[in-house]
Amino acid sequence: MSTTDQQSPEGSATDSGQSENAIELREVAGLSQGQIVRRRFVRHRGAMVAIVVLSFVVVLAFSSVGIAGWTGWWRFTPNELNPIVNGGEPTLMFPAWLGGDAGIWFHWGLHPFGQDEIGRDVFARVMRGTQTSLIITATVGLVATGVGILVGALAGFNRGRTDDILMRITDLVITMPVIVIGAVLGQLAGGNNPLIFGTFLGLITWTTLARLVRGDFLTLREREFVDAARVAGASNSRIMFKHMLPNAIGVIIVNTTLLMSSAILLETALSYLGVGIKAPATSLGLLISQYQEAFSTRPWLFWWPGLMIVIIALSINFIGDGLRDAFDPRQKRIPSERKMAKAMLVDGSAARASTTTVQPPMQGGNAGLGPS
Amino acid sequence: MISFLWRRLLAGLATLLVSTFVMYILASASMDPFGDLGQSTAANKEALIAQRIQLLDLDTPVVIRYFKWLGNFVQGDLGTAWVSDQPVSSVLHGAILSTIQLVTAATVIAIIFGVAVGIVSALRQYSSFDYLMIFVSFLLYSLPAFWVAVLLKQWGAIGFNDFLADPVISWVAITVVSILAGLLWSLAIGGERRQRALTFVVAFAATFSTFAFLQLTDWWTHPSINPPLLALLGTATAFAVTTLSTGLKNRRALAASLTTVVIGLVLYLPLQVFFKSVAESWLMMFVLALITVAVGVGVGYAWGGPDRGVSARTAAITAVLVAAMLFINQVMRVWPAYYNAPAINGRPVPTIGDRTPNLGGNFWVTTLDQFMHLLLPTLALVLIGFAAYTRYSRSSMLEVMSQDYIRTARSKGLPERTVIMRHGFRNSLIPLATVVPIDIITLLGGAIITERVFARPGMGTLFLFSLTHAEIEPVMAYLVIVAALAIIANIVADLVYAGLDPRIRVNA
Repeated sequence: MSTTDQQSPEGSATDSGQSENAIELREVAGLSQGQIVRRRFVRHRGAMVAIVVLSFVVVLAFSSVGIAGWTGWWRFTPNELNPIVNGGEPTLMFPAWLGGDAGIWFHWGLHPFGQDEIGRDVFARVMRGTQTSLIITATVGLVATGVGILVGALAGFNRGRTDDILMRITDLVITMPVIVIGAVLGQLAGGNNPLIFGTFLGLITWTTLARLVRGDFLTLREREFVDAARVAGASNSRIMFKHMLPNAIGVIIVNTTLLMSSAILLETALSYLGVGIKAPATSLGLLISQYQEAFSTRPWLFWWPGLMIVIIALSINFIGDGLRDAFDPRQKRIPSERKMAKAMLVDGSAARASTTTVQPPMQGGNAGLGPS
Repeated sequence: MISFLWRRLLAGLATLLVSTFVMYILASASMDPFGDLGQSTAANKEALIAQRIQLLDLDTPVVIRYFKWLGNFVQGDLGTAWVSDQPVSSVLHGAILSTIQLVTAATVIAIIFGVAVGIVSALRQYSSFDYLMIFVSFLLYSLPAFWVAVLLKQWGAIGFNDFLADPVISWVAITVVSILAGLLWSLAIGGERRQRALTFVVAFAATFSTFAFLQLTDWWTHPSINPPLLALLGTATAFAVTTLSTGLKNRRALAASLTTVVIGLVLYLPLQVFFKSVAESWLMMFVLALITVAVGVGVGYAWGGPDRGVSARTAAITAVLVAAMLFINQVMRVWPAYYNAPAINGRPVPTIGDRTPNLGGNFWVTTLDQFMHLLLPTLALVLIGFAAYTRYSRSSMLEVMSQDYIRTARSKGLPERTVIMRHGFRNSLIPLATVVPIDIITLLGGAIITERVFARPGMGTLFLFSLTHAEIEPVMAYLVIVAALAIIANIVADLVYAGLDPRIRVNA
């Protein structure tokens, strides 16, 4: 790399192009699968940003208004009534360089997210709602992924009777709209406990994952490496979870993130429809439902909870994408053609630089096999 | 195969029985038929409660009530919705129609756009276009449906109505949009720097001239697809379909699809006369669509060549698209009359319901009215569905394109189009085939949020209303329909899966 710096005027660009290439080559040498995955994941910029954002949201949500007996650092609690300041409008002001009215720094004020019509602090309420929604999302993700993988793997691997029974159970669950279960739970458990609510949602949302895993396993079990493992004396469970599962991990990861982000959307939707979390507990969906009437007069009541939902769901999606890229050993990260060309130019192999790496140039679809 | 189908259908029936039982218990447990009486201060409260108990047969244990309900259901008696005292079957009829209208268009649009974008994104992995599309699909996927719907209703409708009242787009806005379109296309098509520049210029010019044309010809107030426009769009369609389906080198296929465009142009005026002289209906439109397909296939066969089937397919697809344009034109022609109708009151983009009351008008006016009511809900559904399909198709296309047989196909000298469309695209549909049928069914029963926000009297609205008003009969009817559809969708998914992937054996 040191040689490239002196001859290239655009040192940084070529440098990154080449170093990416070099890491790509060095990457697999003498590293365990876990190390490779970790490295790739850490290099995924979107996922890293998402992790930071999500951690920030989690810490903020749990520390600001506290949980269980502990009261957080925020000066208001979600349900206390305060005198209305400034007509309830948000006191948060953006600094001048963001086009706001505050000086050089953010101006927080007393109620940065504003107040609702009876003077409750919206920031505290949104944080409490975020807590509930986060707990539900995590619970749903854990429960649904566990059940989905187990059912799908057993069905796809064993085929025959096991497959029939498990898939009929899956069909049974699919036929039951989540909204009914949500309504029932709201009726029975009072819709107050996010853990119970999340577990219930998890027990009805694993079906897509199970079907996808089963589909993958049906195909995978015909592959040679499964026969090889069996010949080598591996037990069924070892073949399933050591040999086949890593090959299906892409589908599982993609689906789990879709599931987690859809879990928060499902929870908020149920609460919005009035069949999920119910007052006095609160969730982001419930907040939106309570405040949507106020859209024309107090739009901030409607904006903040929605924004939190989008931020959380977006972060989870990006983390999942990073995990997918990292986990899938078949997915080699190929630098773009231009970067390759630049790196090769620097290498001095100018001739190679002009050939593309992705596909051979076509001339009318006739690859020299005589006149068509 | 047949035995497989039988077994699955029987198993499905059993599933249906068990699931209706479970759902009946759950639904009745979640309902409180005395909700309105609990707070009542009426003197005869006791009598009212007793009356309600007798009406709903609440003294009977729930399990026995289920079997009573089942007995009636099997005999075709869906019961009555006791709050409104209407038979369930009549309530259900309108609701199903309304929901199907909403879901069909949304699903088709979302699948077409989602899969197309996902495939292109996968083919150009790690390009700027890929990153852009990943971000956009993530963003859309992360939007709560009800939030988007409320936003569309509160902002979209007002903005669009204001625009239609005075349809002038500033030239600056047109230029900016055209630049964005040019950038998007050049990113999507990619290639060497020169080709990118060329794509940008072409896309920019096309977008700009389209908007300019619409603006200068006063298209927004008198929309139609007139013959020159039809010729242009039709030719473009013919070329696009042929490129994707056979490649432009297949001159016969290209000629066949261009012929169907010419047929469409020739029929432009006769069709208008024809529609004036008959009473139109959806059944007729369906028959016409079938005729269109037949004509397309016929034209393809007539052009013949060694590959009749391919030409026929290409021509048929083009024919259907051209016919769709003719249909849209017919709908658009009533726009001025629609816009000036007193029931519309100058606000043609509605936010509530699925039809304008007291509108009157012929088939085309009611169709246009339904389309306008579908506009915002469909947009809300498409935005969400698009993201999911993009992600699925991108991920499965990436998977397929890294397989050995793709390399083999390339190395034996197949044209890139064949590699992508025949070897890549088809195989990438396999995982999608398991997801799409289930998605459609979920949408059928579950456009609940969209229906609720836009107050469309569909299945979801019916279900929610009945659930909160403790009417178990409509709820059960809804659940049976949804459950039956879900079971059928699962069987279809299995069959499609087996049909697409020969390694999966249906009979095993």
